[in-house]
Amino acid sequence: MKLTDVVSALSLETHAGEGKLERPVTGGIVSDLLSYVMGNARAGNLWVTIQVHPNIVGVADLLDLSAVVVAGGQEPEAATVAKAREHGIALLTTKMSAFTLVGKLHELGVA
Amino acid sequence: MLGGAYFLAGRAAADVKKRLADRGLAGEMVRRVVIATYEAEMNICIHAVSGEIEVIVEGGQVRMRAEDRGPGIADIEKALAPGFSTASAKARALGFGAGMGFANMQRCADTFAVCSAASDGTRVTMGFVPRPQEIAAGGST
Repeated sequence: MKLTDVVSALSLETHAGEGKLERPVTGGIVSDLLSYVMGNARAGNLWVTIQVHPNIVGVADLLDLSAVVVAGGQEPEAATVAKAREHGIALLTTKMSAFTLVGKLHELGVA
Repeated sequence: MLGGAYFLAGRAAADVKKRLADRGLAGEMVRRVVIATYEAEMNICIHAVSGEIEVIVEGGQVRMRAEDRGPGIADIEKALAPGFSTASAKARALGFGAGMGFANMQRCADTFAVCSAASDGTRVTMGFVPRPQEIAAGGST
């Protein structure tokens, strides 16, 4: 499944990385602990978190993740959006809670 | 790198990733080194006053040394236990300091050692050799 399919199906808001939406999503990971993501995410995974600081972009970039979705209506910091734009990382948001979002991702077939 | 500079943290790992990609190492091996670099870098950021990381690539193998000027580790055995952390509330609120850093380093590296004495800083050394599946994946090592 492509990132763009996930974005439209769940009405996610795109803050950065508009050019990366054609990427395939290889699976998902949900955590607010950066070391957990570092140790467990695979390239192309979509990461769901409520962290909003610029380090989330750094982690996504290092691991070559397909996207970071900030859930729960949290707004990413301006520096986070700027860094995501600079590095071409898809940064998405939703008002859905992380729990609801992950449920819907599963229904869509992201596993 | 500077302790407490969260906004800079991750730069060393990004730099290492960029440089290793040009050296013909297998992607999975680069990934291991990058994760370990990130964790070492975060430890310096969270705990130390300042520090440096040196990465040497030689004959398809990688050696890393992360050394800091900081409080040191009073009980290394305890510090290595997954989940143990002395990180500040600020670090934890940002999603760092979960006591997973050393575990990630040990899983990624093929050799791993920590030297430290209280109030004398910490030195972490790691070695990386290509693993069988990485050689099969076509790293030019």
